[in-house]
Amino acid sequence: MVIEQDAVVDVPMLQVEDLAIHYGQKAALQGVSLAVRSNEIFGIIGPANAGKTSFLRALNRMSDFVAGMRVAGRIRFAGRDLAAIENVYALRRRIGVVSPLPVGLPLSIYDNVALAPRLRGVRERAELDEIVERCLRRAALWDEVKDRLQSLGSMLSGGQQQRLTIARALSQEPLLLLLDEFSIAVDPVTTMRIEEVLKELRQEMTIVLVTNLVQQARRLADRTAFFLAGRCLEVAPTEELFSGTVQDQRTRDYVEGRYG
Amino acid sequence: MTVVDATFRATAVEQRSMTVQRAFQLLFLFTTIVLALPVLGILAELLIRGSPGLSLAFFLDNPRNGMTEGGIFPALIGTLWLTVGALAVALPLGVAAAIYLSEYAGDNRLTRAINVAIVNLAGVPSIVHALFGVGAFVHFMRFGASILAASCTLAVMTLPVVIVATRESLQAVPQAFREASWSLGATRWQTIWRVVLPNSVSGILTGVILCVSRAVGETAPIMFTGAAFYVPLLPRSVFDQTMALSYHLFNVSTQVTNVPPHLPFAVALVLIGVVLSMNATAIAFRMRLRGRKKW
Repeated sequence: MVIEQDAVVDVPMLQVEDLAIHYGQKAALQGVSLAVRSNEIFGIIGPANAGKTSFLRALNRMSDFVAGMRVAGRIRFAGRDLAAIENVYALRRRIGVVSPLPVGLPLSIYDNVALAPRLRGVRERAELDEIVERCLRRAALWDEVKDRLQSLGSMLSGGQQQRLTIARALSQEPLLLLLDEFSIAVDPVTTMRIEEVLKELRQEMTIVLVTNLVQQARRLADRTAFFLAGRCLEVAPTEELFSGTVQDQRTRDYVEGRYG
Repeated sequence: MTVVDATFRATAVEQRSMTVQRAFQLLFLFTTIVLALPVLGILAELLIRGSPGLSLAFFLDNPRNGMTEGGIFPALIGTLWLTVGALAVALPLGVAAAIYLSEYAGDNRLTRAINVAIVNLAGVPSIVHALFGVGAFVHFMRFGASILAASCTLAVMTLPVVIVATRESLQAVPQAFREASWSLGATRWQTIWRVVLPNSVSGILTGVILCVSRAVGETAPIMFTGAAFYVPLLPRSVFDQTMALSYHLFNVSTQVTNVPPHLPFAVALVLIGVVLSMNATAIAFRMRLRGRKKW
């Protein structure tokens, strides 16, 4: 019998307790406690400077490499204490990240998607070919780029680059996919295509979706958190959040477009 | 005649700002032309007065008859040795230092002190570098007066330029690229090697160009560390002394009597030719890479 070490089902994928993030003296996030279940799409909404991006950056321990960023509190990832994981690279390999502006690394399309597999030691050309095709297909980009895999990824259009970024994140075979306002630089049609992809991916991974489009959270998220000014005010099933049964007046104002 | 809508007529204030703008444009154009004149003048003078001295024999012969006849072959080859030697030392050291300063070093007192030191090193006069080279490489490291000592001296002199050019090009790579690579599970070094450096090559080549230009042209740093007044044989190892174009030019211009008038100009012309052709190679290389760099 094969024992899947990573497939821990009976604990939340993420358990965050009293998380605080500082940049130098400036607090970006304080007192956040929440849990993200396995195989759910967890939405995070909130205005600018709410701490949404900082939250994502803490999840893959970007603070290790970013001068001045400090993380306090406790994050458990698949049952493990995040801060205690010695091999931060192995951790990050299981966490895919998609940033607001597409980052097509100035490598070829092929090399963009093959980078993570190569970093984890895949050398066989056939295996890399297979991974690249599978990930590009799943990111709904394969048909558009299959004839020019060797051209520069950074030359693609914004929407294509964003799907390339998603393909690259999938090539990590992530347990957790973090999306940070992925649709900012993407046209509505591409956004819809990516949203369809995300709904399929939920079968295989957990997705944390930061978005400033309230309706996008409504369309995709199973549960949604509302961040405001560095605090998490509300975590609720998305339908409750939008049906007006939430506690906090500020949350209600925000989802109904009356905030700010 | 076209009819212009009266409402588009410039007001007095707009008239004035347009006049001022035109005046500044002319001023800058004038300054640029004035600055270009000496360069063109030097090239023209060298070509007119030096080209009669050029011939295949001039490139391939040894100097003869007390430097007043013959060619510059050993000096030409010596300059190539010195320049390549200086590059071979300065480039790896400079790029390594720039990578450390840009990618690893935190913003602390040590880093700031190192940066100040680099800026000051760039301001040290070349004759001081020469004396340092004599002390450090010729005597202390026991290289003797040799190509190795002279190359090292030139390398120390050009290091700041290489470091600054490389560091600037590393910092021009968007931070988002680094974070994207890190989040794929790449180490800092993997990120530098696969993502940052390939996008900095053109900046590093700029450093190479500046390094070559200085190394080829400088006389003082090599005078006491490895350049010889006259060596008919080509150097066989880096521990030999060698002639060099810049030092040869200094000698035929000021130290030797009865030199035919065209000879120093011909040497100077070759010297400039060497700098320009080495730079042209690096620039061509850089343009090819630029074509690939897009974000």
